[in-house]
Amino acid sequence: SVSHSQITRLYSRFTSLDKGENGTLSREDFQRIPELAINPLGDRIINAFFPEGEDQVNFRGFMRTLAHFRPIEDNEKSKDQNGPEPLNSRSNKLHFAFRLYDLDKDEKISRDELLQVLRMMVGVNISDEQLGSIADRTIQEADQDGDSAISFAEFVKVLEKVDVEQKMSIRFLH
Amino acid sequence: QWATLRIQKGANKPRPEMQKVPSNGIIERDETPMEKEIARLHQADFEFSDIFYFCRKGFEAIVEDEVTQRFSSEELLSWNLLTRTNVNFRYISLRLTVVWVIGVIVRYCFLLPLRITLAAIGIMSMIVGTTLVGQLPNSRVKNYLSEMVHLTCSRILVRALSGTIRYHNKENRPQKGGICVANHTSPIDAIILTNDGCYAMVGQVHGGLMGIIQRSTVKACPHVWFERSEMKDRHLVMKRLKEHVADKTKLPILIFPEGTCINNTSVMMFKKGSFEIGGTIYPVAIKYDPQFGDAFWNSSKYNIVSYLLRIMTSWAIVCNVWYLPPMFREEDEDAVQFANRVRSAIAHQGGLTELPWDGGLKREKVKDTFKEEQQKNYSKMLVRNGSV
Repeated sequence: SVSHSQITRLYSRFTSLDKGENGTLSREDFQRIPELAINPLGDRIINAFFPEGEDQVNFRGFMRTLAHFRPIEDNEKSKDQNGPEPLNSRSNKLHFAFRLYDLDKDEKISRDELLQVLRMMVGVNISDEQLGSIADRTIQEADQDGDSAISFAEFVKVLEKVDVEQKMSIRFLH
Repeated sequence: QWATLRIQKGANKPRPEMQKVPSNGIIERDETPMEKEIARLHQADFEFSDIFYFCRKGFEAIVEDEVTQRFSSEELLSWNLLTRTNVNFRYISLRLTVVWVIGVIVRYCFLLPLRITLAAIGIMSMIVGTTLVGQLPNSRVKNYLSEMVHLTCSRILVRALSGTIRYHNKENRPQKGGICVANHTSPIDAIILTNDGCYAMVGQVHGGLMGIIQRSTVKACPHVWFERSEMKDRHLVMKRLKEHVADKTKLPILIFPEGTCINNTSVMMFKKGSFEIGGTIYPVAIKYDPQFGDAFWNSSKYNIVSYLLRIMTSWAIVCNVWYLPPMFREEDEDAVQFANRVRSAIAHQGGLTELPWDGGLKREKVKDTFKEEQQKNYSKMLVRNGSV
């Protein structure tokens, strides 16, 4: 699991972001990180930290969300077969990514939601028609039960060949 | 000088090696560019997995980013007996604590009063000296005396901070009619430089003690002080500076183009204004040794008085100043390119990293143009492959 020094480091990072010094982070605190503010999906990522309807996240919540990005190798050391599935399992990493697309949290990615996320990623550089046809094609290819929306299972199927572990992990140097 | 001996004694004290995480990053940053990362499994244009790239970049930035860390003090590898530089302070051993307590007593009860006295003497002589010299009519004698006064007071003030400065390449020292440009870490930078030469300062008029100093020094020597209202008018500012530079008998202007204090591990964007004035640019690199004291002024965390107090209770201020050969703007260069060229030279000499970010990010939000650029790049990839 996460080492003591890593937790200390992250706590140090948490407090340095916490400008209000009240033990929690708000959305503005995240926005202050320039590299995050210029990320096209910055707002979606920030949103992932805040549970439904809340505007503040404490250190525990912060760590919980970050835990999704722990490398999967870490799990080799703690073989807890009877416990709940670790947050950084392949399945949970995929579910995290799924939730980035699923704007209304109904466990389905609709055409509309996909369009909105695509729009965030491309800005003003692609026309509505072009974007629309990209979305249509993507859904058509992944949709198996014909409801014109992507469920989590269909999402997993589409990405089965992708090395999720490598792409959705952050390694500590120490 | 006994002050220097004091510093050397401090340096020889057993320096306990506490294993600290080096400040070169805590996570492995993947620098693969967007294009390679979003490699295609098949020849489709968009994939659900595209999101992974942005997602991971976002999280990397949350855990550790290049910019915000420059606005807080650098962390040290081995502790220098100042709790302020030890973020993960833990109780290690009795012996270490005893050594630290001795250090505190020495610094606060012994060094501090001494330094405050010296600083007071320095400031007083500066005000009195320059006022006296200012009474004289303009002449060579006046300029000479003014230089003497400025230099002497600077030297006193530097002693007041227990500063040990090494100047390199003195032959490149800024000449009259030029512009001296340096990286900015603290308000002390100015004193560090005036310790070795005379400059015309540029800045805003303040009230209080600072205002008194400004008013008296400008009588002796033509510093350029602006009223707050004048600062807003860029053309006015430029005009006055251009006039000053054009007059070859006037002292070189001292400017810090970053516009704000950075923590001395990197050099941020230079504002192009200083490079549009014309004239010869004399770049200077200032690097503080963090082992003896942290010179960085985190103005959002500490006000000037508590900052000065911290400086005066550190072991010493040790720094290196490199005078770089003069640079001129070339025919086909615009101000921004010239600014970047100078910045590279300074960063290279001082062993600092260069960042393409604006120091203004300390207080303001980042511009949307960067985000738009990323969006544009991603769009190019979508449209290029696809048969849309």
